[in-house]
Amino acid sequence: MNSFKIIFDRDTWQEIFGSIQKNKVRTIITIIGVLWGIFIYITLSGAAKGLDNGFERAFENVAMNSLFVWAQSTSVPYDGFKIGRRPTLKIQDVDLLRKRVPEIKYIVPRNSRGSFSGGSPANIVRGTNSGNYAIYGDFPEFRKISTQQIYDGGRFINEEDIKNNRKVCVIGERTFTDLFESNENAIGEYIRIDNVYFKVIGILVFRQGSPFDSDSDVFIPFTTFKTLYNTGDEVGWFNIAAYENADVIKVEEDIKQTLKMIHRVSPIDKRAFGSFNLGEVFNNIIGFARGMTFLSLIVGIATIIAGVIGIGNILLISVKERTRELGVRRALGATPGEVRAQIILESVFLTVVAGILGIILGAFVLATINYFTVDLKDFPYTNPTVPISFVIGALLIMVTLGTLIGLIPAQRAVSIKPIDALREE
Amino acid sequence: MIQIKNLHKSYKMGSNSLHVLKGIDFNVNEGELVAIMGSSGSGKSTLLNIIGMLDLLDKGSYTLDGVLIKDLDETKAAKYRNKFLGFVFQSFNLINYKNALENVSLPLYYQGVGRKERQKSGLEYLEKVGLTEWAKHLPSELSGGQKQRVAIARAMAAQPKVLLADEPTGALDSTTSYEVMDVIQKINEEGKTILVVTHERDIAKMCKRVVKLKDGIIVEDKKIQQVKALKHV
Repeated sequence: MNSFKIIFDRDTWQEIFGSIQKNKVRTIITIIGVLWGIFIYITLSGAAKGLDNGFERAFENVAMNSLFVWAQSTSVPYDGFKIGRRPTLKIQDVDLLRKRVPEIKYIVPRNSRGSFSGGSPANIVRGTNSGNYAIYGDFPEFRKISTQQIYDGGRFINEEDIKNNRKVCVIGERTFTDLFESNENAIGEYIRIDNVYFKVIGILVFRQGSPFDSDSDVFIPFTTFKTLYNTGDEVGWFNIAAYENADVIKVEEDIKQTLKMIHRVSPIDKRAFGSFNLGEVFNNIIGFARGMTFLSLIVGIATIIAGVIGIGNILLISVKERTRELGVRRALGATPGEVRAQIILESVFLTVVAGILGIILGAFVLATINYFTVDLKDFPYTNPTVPISFVIGALLIMVTLGTLIGLIPAQRAVSIKPIDALREE
Repeated sequence: MIQIKNLHKSYKMGSNSLHVLKGIDFNVNEGELVAIMGSSGSGKSTLLNIIGMLDLLDKGSYTLDGVLIKDLDETKAAKYRNKFLGFVFQSFNLINYKNALENVSLPLYYQGVGRKERQKSGLEYLEKVGLTEWAKHLPSELSGGQKQRVAIARAMAAQPKVLLADEPTGALDSTTSYEVMDVIQKINEEGKTILVVTHERDIAKMCKRVVKLKDGIIVEDKKIQQVKALKHV
């Protein structure tokens, strides 16, 4: 009998089922070993994938490779200036930065009061309602970096608003509830910002991007901000997004060096310009998620190997137990090849059955976890899936290992001469 | 059927060598029923094992049904065993998780015979040993005599040239021993060549020829008047 005929022969399987059924406890324990391994593997890698997806969802409203740059005070005397000078970022810096740092995809100058760059918040009044809120001067490009949503019917600041210094504003969710009745339509209504009337053009759906964001922030055109607060060409800070494939750490360094050159700050001054590199933070988090995936892969495969070794171990004992039976089979005309094939097929069969059960169980557990966490917005865990390539890979590993580990007891089985096997009591 | 010339066999026991068979010349014709007798250590089982190709000879020649048996590797030996020989053991050696019919059909499985045909011919042989009703029973549900009869049916199923029985009654009481011998005699009467290793005199008397071994040589080889086992049952 050639090997293909053995695999597809119904009788071969009858023989295998016969010997597997012979000792049910042994078979079940063996199966549990591998089942556990593949279960751990599937659950871990699925959970790692869920975490990965969860992080991606949590940060989907921020450009992944963005950074902020602002001016602080110098720490090195340079070019005739004393230490402690406060350089001011200017709107004109944008052109030079773009020219010097080609990796920049978007660069958005921003100003604010009552938030990150200090100043007192704007006093906003509508009828008898009033409050103090942080106010931002923004360009339309801001939404390219921070992909915040505007509620239906509204819009964000556009080019025309900038060009014409329009007195329009986008308000936060909480500002809306503070100033308006819940059934009112705010769009088109007027509110007073520091005693100047502004028309509401949109309400922002709040999603935390940076730690300074608040659900009460008010946004007006950059140019209007400039006239309102007399800021001239000053810029509070730059929001910058680099191209996808750019090295964000290098981009950050290049930007700072360019700014130092423009503002006559010593190239070795570390304090003059501050920055916060979201890209770097993201890279760390993504690196962490990748690390988790990798770790789960290693742990899972190691557990599978342990399980398969368990199968080999049990089969070795079983071969020892069945020495006599195998001797009888050989006296009746079983060739060593047939005996070997039978043992290896038993090993592979047990491994694959255990593996498939483990995959099903793992998928079930992942689905259960997903069911309970799908509504938790703060929990960074979404759609835990195991790539089909991982599953097929695991099955291939199992068949290969099952065969290899089966070789040991199979060889043991045929290395005993039938005469010795028959004598064994 | 069997020609053995100047057969030597020794076993290595550590540094010592144990010379078990010291020049055996032995012929068996077709249809004979031969008892091989001797005390333990006389070499009778070794001789049977060599004839059964379970063991290799050191010196001499062995011809079975006109085929010179030499240079056996395990695969070749397995094929010859399957084709030429049927075994019956003292301890039955049935496979305990297979029922009587499956046990009987097993040699046919290794011959590559199809499932249906295997079942059919397995049942035929079970009928020959009078165990048709027990076909679906596991060995653990059978008595010793029944087990040995299943084993004989299994040995016969492959239609071997020679049936080799190593102490077939060694584990049975005398009544069941005679029942088993009755089956063996009947198979012999159909023309099958049978070799029985035994140390029981009454069993040997039920054969047609008795060969006595002592210290690795044949000391006696004579034809006898066969006693029918049926008389004692």
